[in-house]
Amino acid sequence: MELIRTEKLEKTYIDEDVRTRAFFDVNLKINEGEFVSIVGPSGSGKSTLMQVLGYLDRPTGGKYFFEGKELKTYSDDELAHIRNEKIGFVFQAFNLLPRLSVLENVALPLMYRGIPIKERNKKARELIHLVELDDRIDFRTSKLSGGQKQRVAIARALVNNPKIIFADEPTGNLDSKSGGIILEFLQKLNEQGHTIVVVTHESYVAHAGERILHIVDGRIDKDERVEKRRIVKEEGFSK
Amino acid sequence: MIRFSDSLRMAMGGIFIHKSRSILTILGIVVGITSIMAVMSVGQSAEELVIGEIQRFGPANIFVLPGRQPSGPMDAAGTILNDSLKEKDFNDLKKKSNLPNAKNIIPYVFGYVTTSFESEVYDAMVIGGSEYMEKNFDLTVESGRFFDAVDIEQKERVVVLGSKIKEELFGNKDPIGEKIKLKDGKFRVIGILAPEGQGSFVDFNKSIVAPYTSVQQNVLGVHYFNRIVVEADSIESVPGTIRDIKTLLRNNHSIDDPEKDDFFIQTQEDIAERIKTITGILTVLLTSVAAISLIVGGIGIMNIMLVSVTERTREIGLRKALGATNKNILTQFLFEALLLTVIGGIIGVIGGSLLTGILSYAARALADLNFPYVFSVRGALWGICVSFVIGLAFGIFPARKAGQRSPIESLHYE
Repeated sequence: MELIRTEKLEKTYIDEDVRTRAFFDVNLKINEGEFVSIVGPSGSGKSTLMQVLGYLDRPTGGKYFFEGKELKTYSDDELAHIRNEKIGFVFQAFNLLPRLSVLENVALPLMYRGIPIKERNKKARELIHLVELDDRIDFRTSKLSGGQKQRVAIARALVNNPKIIFADEPTGNLDSKSGGIILEFLQKLNEQGHTIVVVTHESYVAHAGERILHIVDGRIDKDERVEKRRIVKEEGFSK
Repeated sequence: MIRFSDSLRMAMGGIFIHKSRSILTILGIVVGITSIMAVMSVGQSAEELVIGEIQRFGPANIFVLPGRQPSGPMDAAGTILNDSLKEKDFNDLKKKSNLPNAKNIIPYVFGYVTTSFESEVYDAMVIGGSEYMEKNFDLTVESGRFFDAVDIEQKERVVVLGSKIKEELFGNKDPIGEKIKLKDGKFRVIGILAPEGQGSFVDFNKSIVAPYTSVQQNVLGVHYFNRIVVEADSIESVPGTIRDIKTLLRNNHSIDDPEKDDFFIQTQEDIAERIKTITGILTVLLTSVAAISLIVGGIGIMNIMLVSVTERTREIGLRKALGATNKNILTQFLFEALLLTVIGGIIGVIGGSLLTGILSYAARALADLNFPYVFSVRGALWGICVSFVIGLAFGIFPARKAGQRSPIESLHYE
């Protein structure tokens, strides 16, 4: 079932009369339950594409359909609600609030849905258990290791039971062991039916997915099915 | 939609990250509200003190004063050194046919003189009045007696001492029957007044009261009165009695044009009104000065909120990525500003009432003034409302700025 479709999607920045095309002529389709990797060198436009697909930014041209509905018609507030309810993000820099506890960070998206604190904490606890951080639940996130932080970020991304998870260089700030654990989690989630889109410049991360979109100079250069997918749980993970 | 309790919790979290900065930020508001509270409370206390003092006289008292009505608080010249109220005026006022609704007519004459007993010397206010004075001023004689109509008739050299004077001149000795020196003459002490809290009008503790005839002739050597108090038989008859007094005095003084009156009349209500006006104006003026510090405090809040918005740009980006709407972010920062100013306001209200307490205690202890402590509820409500409005006025701009930030630019902010 189709979740995402784009037609000639384009993003151009204009800064002091200088036009910079981040990406253009992007036509793609992502179905529910897929694990898609977007790869490309730095500056190829892959992160910008992910931000537009994740409703963090608006395209400057083309069409973007999410669950069959076009983005154009949404207001800023509606985009915020969609990000809250249908999309989960995992960032390279973790982006946790350091003064909040693990529990509070994971429960944060639920707060913006107006869910009472008891219910939020119950749901957040379940996800913290899933990422195996029960013993760190009341720690401030500033006290955690990089790998633990990213697991908190994954729990937070999942807390609203989203349609899709966008992970932007999720292993970029991690050592290989922690990176392996994160990828293993993402694969596990995918097995459970979650749609995953990982943006990376590293091919061994990309091969954790079942499909790779190669972006070069702002365009999709190649859209390939992975013949031999890397199953991290079995093969391990090394840079 | 985000819950109110969550907004409040987030705002608390926001201001507790930088505790010392938050404390310094609210200082301006605290100082402003403290001053407003103190000014309003002290103003109310002063008003109550003076009004209370005036109300020692019954509401049906009419004061006849020599000279002209002072045009303002600084214009006292009109009433000083004026000798237009004479014995004849007093005698005519006493006639029932002239003032049918008057109950008592009490003349007053007063001045400062030096008094002494043996080697002890004291500067005292000598007040000459009639036998009705005791009741008119609600005085209590602690020992001995008050002077009577016979003393007045005979121009007896007798005095009743205020408690402080008794203490200064006699210490623990019983002064009844002793003779003190007033100016050049000797006067026999016949009574002592009970000590009383000092009001703003007359400090009887430091006064000597005596028959007016004796004070006029034997002490001050004058033939006029400083006041004549007419007690009307009811409040309703006050206006008619005032008319009668005016007619009589103009007649006695051969005045045709009321503009040229050499006397004027005040009622309790007049005086209370004048005092309320004066304290009201003073309170407004002082409050306006205090309000300037609130504006300065408000600018401080705005400044810190702008810094906070910039510092927390990435947090704003993240919250938006997780589903916070522009309004959610605006509310979060506005709540922080409001919480800061309202906390400042509450501390200010507490500080203001403590300050007022200290001031009124000091007035009682040091100046021996019967200064009541008043917690100005109006001041407290004003203080908290004003601090809320300041928070709203100076917090909305930074909060709007925060709310309008784009999620992706904020996330990438370095």
